[in-house]
Formats: sequence, structure tokens, C-alpha cells
Amino acid sequence: MKYIDEFRDGALAANLTRSIAMEASPGRTYRLMEFCGGHTHALSRYGLLGMLPDNVQMIHGPGCPVCVLPIGRIDLAIRLALEHDVILCSYGDCLRVPASDHLSLLKAKARGADIRMVYSALDAINIAMLNPEREVVFFAIGFETTTPPTASIIKQARNTGLKNFSVLCNHVLTLPAMEAILTQPDGVPLQGLVGPAHVSTVIGSQPYLAIASRFHIPIVISGFEPLDLLQSILMLLRQVNEGRAEVENEFTRAVTPEGNRKAQALVDEVFERRESFEWRGLGAMPLSGLRIRPAFSEFDAESRFAGLDYISVPDNKACECGAILRGEKKPQECKIFGTVCTPENPIGSCMVSAEGACAAHYTYGRHMPSAGAVR
Amino acid sequence: MSRNRPAYVRPLDIKNGRVEMIHGGGGRASAQLIETLFLKALDNEFLRQGNDGASLPVPPAAGRLVMTTDGHVVSPLFFPGGDIGSLAVHGTINDVAMMGAKPLWLSASFILEEGYPLADLQLIVTSMAQASKAAGVPVVCGDTKVVERGKGDGVYIATTGVGYTVEGIAPSGDGAREGDAILLSGTIGDHGMAVMSRRENLEFESSIKSDSAALHGLVAGMLATGAAVHVLRDPTRGGLAATLNEIAQQSGVGMVIDEGVIPINPTVAAACEFLGLDPLHIANEGKLVAICPATDVDRLLAAMRGHPLGLGAALIGTVIADDSCFVQMRTRLGGRRMVDWLSGDQLPRIC
Repeated sequence: MKYIDEFRDGALAANLTRSIAMEASPGRTYRLMEFCGGHTHALSRYGLLGMLPDNVQMIHGPGCPVCVLPIGRIDLAIRLALEHDVILCSYGDCLRVPASDHLSLLKAKARGADIRMVYSALDAINIAMLNPEREVVFFAIGFETTTPPTASIIKQARNTGLKNFSVLCNHVLTLPAMEAILTQPDGVPLQGLVGPAHVSTVIGSQPYLAIASRFHIPIVISGFEPLDLLQSILMLLRQVNEGRAEVENEFTRAVTPEGNRKAQALVDEVFERRESFEWRGLGAMPLSGLRIRPAFSEFDAESRFAGLDYISVPDNKACECGAILRGEKKPQECKIFGTVCTPENPIGSCMVSAEGACAAHYTYGRHMPSAGAVR
Repeated sequence: MSRNRPAYVRPLDIKNGRVEMIHGGGGRASAQLIETLFLKALDNEFLRQGNDGASLPVPPAAGRLVMTTDGHVVSPLFFPGGDIGSLAVHGTINDVAMMGAKPLWLSASFILEEGYPLADLQLIVTSMAQASKAAGVPVVCGDTKVVERGKGDGVYIATTGVGYTVEGIAPSGDGAREGDAILLSGTIGDHGMAVMSRRENLEFESSIKSDSAALHGLVAGMLATGAAVHVLRDPTRGGLAATLNEIAQQSGVGMVIDEGVIPINPTVAAACEFLGLDPLHIANEGKLVAICPATDVDRLLAAMRGHPLGLGAALIGTVIADDSCFVQMRTRLGGRRMVDWLSGDQLPRIC
């Protein structure tokens, strides 16, 4: 496959792993966090973790949008579907996230809620057009990558005069989460960050400069292909060894310093920052989430439907998703990993999404129990 | 002057007609639908007996009967490379064949939704008849029921298959042994992606065709080599990954397969790539996995490659000792990862 095979070449990978092994100095431990869930998935899926030297450790970050979604937000979606009888449109990976009362969107569907899985935000608009007599709500989640499409459908709904469509907005921002990880008092010391791929195509590489200099930590923005990741890890090791703390861009074929200005303007027109937004594992963080601007409030499910007040719900006590999302624990250190909590019956959200650290380790990495995250 | 004239029966309007509740009522309308649509297409001596069941000859002694059943709920009903009719024949024949048996007879039970166009039903039944004739496995009995509009999805078909196997041939999921070789008859993922390419909310242009096919001829050729076939299985729902995990668990062994040698049609690989799917999890309807001693690989592979449905056959891995029963894969990149069951429902209603 053109433009894919080039980035999955075994011979090049062998060269890169040799370079990584040479660059990693034996007396040193390199703890690198891949922020983004897509990277977590790729590291496991291509078997990269087993190709790294023992002293180069990948720590899975909080960049999986499904994983950081707190229970209370899923509860809101379920209430909309069960109590307000809306057609709730959601991306597929949210459907199995456990919510309160032993429910999930999928279980609510079995109880009669009209939940539709969509592949793109645009599908939700189409469903609204086809069902003019029903209220249709799009359950919007994700980082900066999925925010522009949501902004775009809200504008489209306004332009076409759609009256039965709204959005339950759960969009979150990368940089506040990155800062939270780097400032947590008992956090794992990190020597470098693998910066997100798709998020960076939107926000650009410049916004990371402040973080790199404030925390004196090297950041390399990386593509999602396995060779991208190996190359980025090599670049991070070189920075660490040379004492540099720069923002480098490995993903130059898609990421520019300033990002996608048009998408940024669109997002800015439709969304504004919430004073505070709760993240699973990281708690409530100021200015870390987005809500729909008052000018578009008719498309904001939270103002359109009565009684949709957010209620924070604590996670299951046995579940270590929080510590795993903060990089403090590896999935297999959780007591219920692979026993009570499996992809079929997930207790925490990290076991639900394919990008979640627990699901990635369960699906791809159980044959090597020592690999995964923190050691 | 009185003369008995047969009562006039208006012929079934297949072109414009639709399935009605009375077609399942057991009265004259049911009989007419069965006569015109089903019997005509599927005709054979057993079906023509016209009784409540088929009366069948007992196969020669010193063998075993194999029986299997399968419900088909694929959506959409017509897809590139097949439809629910041919699929219902192939799926059940393959389940019989994977027992090392020669398929003898099929039964077919139709659940029709009120309002479904008779013309489409005829296409499905005709396709079923063609598949059954081509395979040499007749549908010897059947049933038709109708449910109200909105309570079905056009057509569901349940087929049962009966086959016969000679004593001594019994491939079984618990037969894989350490050191055995894992063979695959051809490319993976074609059926699942063909169906997916026609899904309402996902339609995409592609040349992908379902691999739906009856595998009993291929199996007969493989068994005729005299090779010790420890396990035979068709990787349908859940794909190659689910099938290998099933066998590993049943046999209490582990497996290591090589990503680089697993045959895949480049268009299927590309479609999986942009939809974020793992081809190892995508359903097949005309492929089989065979596990045999390493010493039998050459003659078994030669037999497979000598059959039109096994041209792309490949040796894809080895059975190893592993108490955890993990299936592992050497990635094309040189890494190693587990191949797990599909969790959740990646592609509902694929067969």
C-alpha cells in the first residue's frame, strides 16, 4: 500500500532499533511518555515495546479521549437518550464505557434508548435531517482533532436551519492535560514527551514551546506509523543525552509550526473554554475543556434540555485507571486487570477504547508481562 | 352436463407482489408461494416427496453422521460476490466440511418479513438453488414463516446440514499439537469488507468481493492426500484471530504466526487501514485453516494449491507449547505482539 508500507518497513525498523540501542546509555533510564492514545495503540500493535532496550520505557499518557471521559458525562448522554427520548449519536468506542447504575450507552440501547453509532459527525446531521420529528443529539468527544468537525456541523445545522439537532460537547484540550501531568507532585519523572500527531496537525508545533522550556523537557511530535515512533524515540534520546529540551517535529509531512489556521478559527468561532472540566484520572482542571458559545446555544444540548446538570461520579474503587492515566502505574499492576476487568466487561475506561493503555496491553502485550508502562 | 373444472388460481405476481402475512398462514397462499417460488427453484426428489419431513437413505455403515446448523441474518441481503441465499448454503456446507465430512443434505428455514418484494425473494431463492446445485448438496426440506412488517429485516434463513464421514477421519479443534504447522487456504477479510462496503452508513466504492464459497471439494482433496489433518476450521465471524484463539484454547497450546506471509488482497488491506480495522478480525466465508504435523505440510499445501479455492494457500505459523494459550504474531516490522479475540462487535450481522 503506497504511503503506508514505506512507514512499516522491517529493514528500516531494524536500523532504527540499532540506533536507539546505541544511543541509550546503559547507566541511564529513559522514561518517555507518549501522550496520545493513537501512539499507545501503535506501540502495542506493531510490537515496538519489545524492540526497545530495557532502559527505554514508554509510559502511556492521558491522550485517549474515551479514557479521560468521566462517568458523569456518559450519564448525561444516557439521561438524554432514556429520559428525553432523543436519538443519541455517538462514535463507536464510547458505547461500552461503563456509566452509573451498571449502564453504558450499549446497555441503555438494550433498555430501549435510541443510540446510533456514527463514523463521522456528519452522519449525525444526516440522521437529524431524516428524522425531523425527533430530537437528535451528537455526543461529541475528543481532543483538538475531532473538535473542528463538530464545529463544522454546528455551523452547518445553523446554515440549513436544522431545528432538531444539538451537541453534547465533551471536547478537551491537550496542553492543560500535558501541564497537569508534568506538575503533579508525586508523578513519575519523565525525560521526554512524544507529542501527538493529529492534534498537532490542528494546533501546530508552536504551542508546545512554552511547555518544553517551562519544564525543561524534550518534546518530539510524532506520526502514527511505527517508523515515525521509532524515529521520534531516537530523537528524544539524542535530546536527553545532549541536555536539550526542544520541540522537534518528526511529523513534518503533516504538522506545521502554526497548524491549521482555518480549523482553529472555526473552533474559536463556535467554542469557548469552560472554567473547569473534569477528566477521569486527572480530576477537574481549569480551562481544559470546551463548551458551545452562547451565540450557538440552540445547538447546545446542555442548555436545550432541562435538568442536565453535571454530577461528578467517583470511579470504581478497585480500578486504577486514574493512576494509569497519570502514568503512575502500568495496567498489569491493577488488581482487577485481566480478571474482573477485560475488554468484554470493562470496569474502567482504559479497558474500553482500543487506544486505552489497559486495552492495548490486554490485546497485544500480555505475552510479555514485563513490558507495558512504568517499571 | 356438470363438469368438474379445476378452480382458477391467480398466479403469484412475483414481479410486483410482496410477502403478505397469509403467505405464512399455512393455507392456499402458503402452498402457492412454496410451489411457485421454492419448489421450482430448489427441486429434487426428496423435496418432491411433499411430506412433513424428508425420507433419506441411511449412508453406508462404519462411518459417522455430522450435523450442524446456522442462522443467517446478513445485512445487506445482497453484497458483492453473493447474497443471503448462497451464503446460507456455503456457510452450512463449510461447517459440515470442517468436520472432515462429505455434506449430504441441507434444510432451509425462511423467516420472511411482511412487505418484502417477491422479486427479491426469488433472486435469493434462485441463488440458493444455484449454490446448492453447484455444490451437489440438495435442500431436502424447508419451512417458511412470515412476521409482521418491522419485526424482521427482509429475510432470515436458517440452514441445517447433515454430512457423512468415514471412520478415522475426525479433525477437531482440540487436535493441535506442539510443532504442528498452521496453513491458511487464501486471502483474509474479503467477505467482511465486501459486506461493509455496502452498509448504509458506510458505503464506499471498491472492487472487493465476498469469498463466499463451498469448501467441501477443497477439503476432500486435502483428506485424499492421506495427510494427518489435526484441525480444520473456517475463520468466519471474528476472523482468523478468533479461529486461532479458539483452537489454541481447545487444544491447550500457543501459536506463533507471521504477519508477513498472511495472504491479503491489497484493496482489503487498504479498506481496513482507512476504517481502522484489523484484517485478522474480519470475517471470511470461503477460507479454511488447517493444522497438521510439520512433515505433512508439503503434500497438504500442494493439494490445497491444486484446488481453485486454495490457490493462495500459505504456511502462516507454528503451534508452540504455551499454558496461557496465547496466539502471538511476528509483525512485519520485526516486533512481536499478541493476536487476541475481537472484543465487542466490530461488524454486526456479517453472515
